[in-house]
Amino acid sequence: MNTAADGLGVEGVHVWRGERHVLKAVSLHIRPHEVLHISGKNGSGKTTLLRVVCGLLRPEQGRVTWLGRSISDVRSDYQQALAYASHEPALKGDLTALENLRFMVGLKRRTSAAELSACLQRTGVERCADLPVRVLSAGQRRRVAMARVLGMRAPLWLLDEPFTNLDAGGSETFAALIAEHVSAGGMAVVVAHHELELPTAARRLELPG
Amino acid sequence: MSAARALSLLVGRELRLSFRRPDQLLQPLVFFLIVTTMFPLGLNPEASLLKDMAPGVLWTAALLSSLLSLESMFKGDADDGTLEQLALSGHGLTVIVIGKTAAHWLLSGAALVLASPLVAIALGIPGAAFGTMFASLTLGTLTLSWLGAIGAALTVGLKRGNVLLSLIVLPLAMPLLIFGAGATDRAISGTDAAGALYFLGSLCVFTCTLAPFAASAALRITLE
Repeated sequence: MNTAADGLGVEGVHVWRGERHVLKAVSLHIRPHEVLHISGKNGSGKTTLLRVVCGLLRPEQGRVTWLGRSISDVRSDYQQALAYASHEPALKGDLTALENLRFMVGLKRRTSAAELSACLQRTGVERCADLPVRVLSAGQRRRVAMARVLGMRAPLWLLDEPFTNLDAGGSETFAALIAEHVSAGGMAVVVAHHELELPTAARRLELPG
Repeated sequence: MSAARALSLLVGRELRLSFRRPDQLLQPLVFFLIVTTMFPLGLNPEASLLKDMAPGVLWTAALLSSLLSLESMFKGDADDGTLEQLALSGHGLTVIVIGKTAAHWLLSGAALVLASPLVAIALGIPGAAFGTMFASLTLGTLTLSWLGAIGAALTVGLKRGNVLLSLIVLPLAMPLLIFGAGATDRAISGTDAAGALYFLGSLCVFTCTLAPFAASAALRITLE
């Protein structure tokens, strides 16, 4: 039986980068109400794995499935269902935080300024809504990027080192948001090289260096 | 969500970003105006000589100034990670390429077309030839934006992609120069320019139907 018929599955994925065999037969699955913590040393392929899961990088071998079907067959549905926060915040410095959100969230679904402001408030950067992103600190940008993930209302969160640059309060807020998301039936894949302190249980996948 | 709404969002964002950076917005236009006004200053300002050279000067300057803004078409988005977000937006890269190219044309090509009467007067092009000049420049710059999208997508991952981009795009733009300048030349001398305009039109249709697919394939490779 396919263990990931109601979620995300990665089956025997191999990725080479030039001569380097970065991912060797990696398999994982995640279902609603679960958090998966991907850890490993620097250079162990955590980000590469997350890019494979997103569908940005095609693995040489193996496949990624969403609701039991290969993501290349259901690409559009799968992309609607995921919210990816890469290591870079992916925000435009010349646009305000709210404009950045309005555009990127707007590409996924119809939304209103009030709703996006509420997302910024939940990540603690409502005061920065009308400031151009280039004047924000690295931690504030991270919070705006997290507000974008919230705004997309996607069941599957794929977060690459989301706790980087955050102060203690920010880490707590993010952990609470992740816990709230999975308790509401969502799924979260979190890449982090350190221990996760979440109010909810997380399964762990350690990539061999 | 429909592709049309995604396109309007994309074009709106590109325009907004450009207007926040007026220096970058005006650069190609100022370049176009300066290069074309240099010719009357540097050459013998005899009206007959200028009139003979005008189409070539106008078109070469237009191609080079459109080229100036090409490199940044995908570069900024690729560098700050926005391109990944766009690729995962659920719309497919083809839609993204169409939106970005349309915005590029509005900001470079359309601006050139609007500024061309100024240059035409400086070069002594008669008012009767303006219609053909507008039509040929519109079709030519549009085609160039599409060709440029392919070049920009292919070179987006390179550190100094600008030179390579010119080497890819300029040879492909030769037919535009020949037929664009040809059409303007015929209009100046009062003969029928329809043949050259039809050819430019067919090139424009050809590139805008195929370039989005070529450019999105190139972007997909860059993202991997």
